Amino acid sequence: MNVATTHTLFRQHGTPRRSTEEGRIDIEDVSVVFGSGPAAHTAVERTSLAIPPGEFVCLLGPSGCGKSSLLNAIAGHVRPTTGAVRVDGVAVTGPGSDRGMVFQQYSLLPWKTIRENVALGPRLAGKSRGEADATAGTFLNIVGLSLYANRYPAELSGGMQQRVGIARALANYPSVLLMDEPFGALDAQTRLVMQENLLAIWKEFGTTVVFVTHDVDEAIFLADRVLVMSAAPGRVISDIRVPLPRPRRPEMATEPGFVETKRQCLAVIREQSLRAFENQER
Amino acid sequence: MTLAAIIRPEAADTEAGSEEPADTRTTAQAGAGSGQVMPAPKSRQSIASMLPRLRDAAIAGLALLLGVVFWQIATERDLQYIVNFSNVPGPLEVYEAFLANITDPVFHTHLLVSVKRVALSFALATAVGVPVGLLMGRLRLFRAMAMPYVEILRPIPAVAWIPLAILMWPTEESSIVYITFLGAVFPIVLNAMHGAEQTPEVLVRAVRSLGGSGLSIFWHVVLPAALPSIAAGLAIGMGVAWFSLLAGEIISGQYGIGYFTWDAYSMVRTPDIVVGMLMIGLLGSLSTNLVHRAMRPLLRWREKAR
Ligand SMILES: Nc1ncnc2c1ncn2[C@@H]1O[C@H](COP(=O)(O)OP(=O)(O)OP(=O)(O)O)[C@@H](O)[C@H]1O
Ligand SMILES: [Mg+2]
Repeated sequence: MNVATTHTLFRQHGTPRRSTEEGRIDIEDVSVVFGSGPAAHTAVERTSLAIPPGEFVCLLGPSGCGKSSLLNAIAGHVRPTTGAVRVDGVAVTGPGSDRGMVFQQYSLLPWKTIRENVALGPRLAGKSRGEADATAGTFLNIVGLSLYANRYPAELSGGMQQRVGIARALANYPSVLLMDEPFGALDAQTRLVMQENLLAIWKEFGTTVVFVTHDVDEAIFLADRVLVMSAAPGRVISDIRVPLPRPRRPEMATEPGFVETKRQCLAVIREQSLRAFENQER
Repeated sequence: MTLAAIIRPEAADTEAGSEEPADTRTTAQAGAGSGQVMPAPKSRQSIASMLPRLRDAAIAGLALLLGVVFWQIATERDLQYIVNFSNVPGPLEVYEAFLANITDPVFHTHLLVSVKRVALSFALATAVGVPVGLLMGRLRLFRAMAMPYVEILRPIPAVAWIPLAILMWPTEESSIVYITFLGAVFPIVLNAMHGAEQTPEVLVRAVRSLGGSGLSIFWHVVLPAALPSIAAGLAIGMGVAWFSLLAGEIISGQYGIGYFTWDAYSMVRTPDIVVGMLMIGLLGSLSTNLVHRAMRPLLRWREKAR
């Protein structure tokens, strides 16, 4: 299959492309505090961000800096301690199918086949089994796993399971796709293939993507904008626009634009680590 | 990297070498990863895979035979070493009594009545125990409310319930079913609860993000996640149901295999006592096996996990 046939596929099953007006995320003064009293831990501190519809944003930061917490606040799995998240102007009060999520850990339901996993969203939205299965078929085709529809998750490799996870999130036609280090557990080669695959899908769908990673190269390769987070307290300390054209190709990693962006990111991260180090010394 | 590889990464997996190559998939599905097409090795393989099980069955049979032989010798010689075998009926006597009973319609009624009581009590215990256990596993408040009852009532043996059960229930039949139900319900509740507690939170979140809530979370996540534990609880509950039933039948009723056994004791028909005991053991193990078999199709997905 090539891009042309993917186009045909989309046309056959109704275009999944969202209106370019949908998928705006506004993060307004959001803090996430776990626990209370002296044991309170501030995972995210007073962060404000605006992500326009259709943008691909990467949240970059060291382990434990609050990336997942911020993403979960957008998803509605974690309630912000202060402030609010709005998607298309509507305040987020809980999880919803308008914000698809791909998790850090494998999160397919092991007792459902691949098809049933992908069809679950449409089923929960009240679609008939036939309709839901057809939608699942379309999305499994897009991630190239049609032949595995009747298998169980345990029969698939880690990379394949994450692709099913992406198909499952997309099957609800969300306006926002939240991805929490989805390729973190994959080997370098598979990861590269998955990144290109994701960009190809994103190009078709035009969904807003918030992608969490601690890999600088991955962030720059994928994103329109890289948001660098600092640890303790977790906040966005730098907002870097990636000057590379699309479609992105792996060779671009040697282009001046890429190298310069990487230098910027690393400088911010280094400055941050040094400060953290000094604080520890004190 | 071709475009085809970008859109359908499994085409590129051969390059990456990390996943199953696309072209071996069909043969792999046919059950022969090496590309074998001849059907002969397949059937040979299934016979070979049955061999260990046949061997286990043969060993089990031999072990049982050994026990019966010991039993025969012990009763024949009136063995008296700590345990007194002189008044115990031998296997042959028991076998004769069994043959006499198995053609007796009254004995059939005894069996049938007991099976019906267990079936009814077990069905009720499942219908009550599984939902209650699942709710206890997921809802803190409900658990805090229900747990003291479970903890206090569970250790009370079935026999201790007999007087109160007779006073509480309108018919003898209903008090027997009640006692049997009590025996079965606690292991079912506790196992369902432990199963539900083990629900991976990430799966709950995943389904919530797909638009699920409340009941659909229970149906798609909590229940299936707890199913292996529920199956274990049902099997234990079935065993406990049988020995609770016996307690109920010994005191009241005029039918049932427990009544039969107790009656044989009061009438000093010793071979019948052993027949009754063995029937209970047999029915108990058969019904437990039935529970395992009934649950197996629901747990098939686990066999796929490596
Ligand atoms: N449910 C929770 N209760 C208490 N503390 C939590 C909870 N979740 C996260 N934290 C704490 O908040 C901080 C940020 O966690 P978070 O998971 O957001 O980090 P992260 O950037 O996603 O890290 P990683 O890259 O390792 O996934 C950590 O110090 C963590 O220990
Ligand atoms: Mg995380």
